[in-house]
Amino acid sequence: MRLHLLALLAKEPAHGYELKQALEQTFGSAYPSPNIGQIYVTLGRLEKDGLVRAVDVEQSNRPNKKVYYLTAKGREVLEIWVDEPTEGPRVRDEFFMKLVLAPLTGIADRMALISRQRRHYLSLMSDLNELLSRTPPADRVATLLIEGAMLHLQADLDWLERCQEDLA
Amino acid sequence: MNAVVRTVNLVKIYQDGAVPVPAVRGVDLQVQPGEFVAVMGPSGSGKSTLVHMLGGLDTRTSGEIWLDGKRVDTLSESAWALLRRKKIGFVFQFFNLVANMTVGDNVELPALLSGASPKVARRRRESLLAALNLTDRADAAPAQLSGGEQQRVALARALANEPALLLADEPTGNLDSRNTRDVLRLLGDVHKDGQTIVMVTHDARVASLADRVVSLFDGEIVDDGRITRRRTGTAGEVIDLR
Ligand SMILES: Nc1ncnc2c1ncn2[C@@H]1O[C@H](COP(=O)(O)OP(=O)(O)OP(=O)(O)O)[C@@H](O)[C@H]1O
Ligand SMILES: [Mg+2]
Repeated sequence: MRLHLLALLAKEPAHGYELKQALEQTFGSAYPSPNIGQIYVTLGRLEKDGLVRAVDVEQSNRPNKKVYYLTAKGREVLEIWVDEPTEGPRVRDEFFMKLVLAPLTGIADRMALISRQRRHYLSLMSDLNELLSRTPPADRVATLLIEGAMLHLQADLDWLERCQEDLA
Repeated sequence: MNAVVRTVNLVKIYQDGAVPVPAVRGVDLQVQPGEFVAVMGPSGSGKSTLVHMLGGLDTRTSGEIWLDGKRVDTLSESAWALLRRKKIGFVFQFFNLVANMTVGDNVELPALLSGASPKVARRRRESLLAALNLTDRADAAPAQLSGGEQQRVALARALANEPALLLADEPTGNLDSRNTRDVLRLLGDVHKDGQTIVMVTHDARVASLADRVVSLFDGEIVDDGRITRRRTGTAGEVIDLR
């Protein structure tokens, strides 16, 4: 979240609620709406670290609002983020642990676990299909996000099939 | 109401090689009118063998097959041919288009063979080609088409006689994502209009359109259940953009 907010602030100064709206507009309805509380907490930390600064803007009949802008240090951190290849695991798969470990305990049968998981993936996929059909194709970012999720699910299913062939 | 498909302890053992291969081992399957069933499972689990038997393209070793309340596993080859013409649309894993006929005629022929008037057959051909984005290719020969295009022609052809049962074996195997979308839309539409479908697929998007998934493993059904519809409404459960 930190770097996403820095990227948005590199475009123009904004207050917390505007950042929430900018995220929603950019990623579309396919993306879970960001939590406003979390945005304010993150902005507070960025400010403490000297990556953003805030000015108070007076509003009639309302408490002042803080408008945030990027500092030189903030821009530097942002540039490093953009330049680096993105690290970190692509998948965290709890199911695989379950599939390997659960039968050892005698609690569950692998074939049953795989079948249940397959149906779960398909029901997620059916949800994404429906979401895609409701998303205007012109909404490119949202469409690509949904297609990405679909491709990941397809890979999960293919992997499940491999597990079935070799473990069940 | 009669099940469109019913099998009783269906078995297929291929005996043509040195050792007999049990490909389907005691399958009991029922498909109700209007139902869309996806058949999934690893390579070699018997999916093609099962749907081929349902379409009379392969003989069973033992067990029973009933279509629309009629026992069919005992039919002669010519009786099967007649039944297929009237009631069954088939999309093969490796298409099988008639090579010396145009794409358009490939689609129109099954409708004519099933007894539709020339006018109705022509209308059906045009709407199916349009739905699958193939209107421009109507006069081409199948060999001039890409794999994905041939696959779509095969689907159009299978639907041309408005069959009581659509049997399909990997109908999206050769499609890119845009063409898959056309096929998905058409399948969704015909299913909504009451088309009964039994479809072998590895494609999760296609399978997720189905009402039910049947999983085969080593020639047996190891899972048979409905796909529950949920409404989380975001991609966040799969991709976390943190
Ligand atoms: N004509 C045949 N003669 C002998 N064995 C066969 C024949 N056709 C299929 N088999 C065998 O029967 C088993 C099931 O094959 P089938 O083609 O039904 O699998 P499948 O589930 O459709 O696989 P795939 O996903 O690769 O298409 C396999 O072991 C296969 O080698
Ligand atoms: Mg097959």
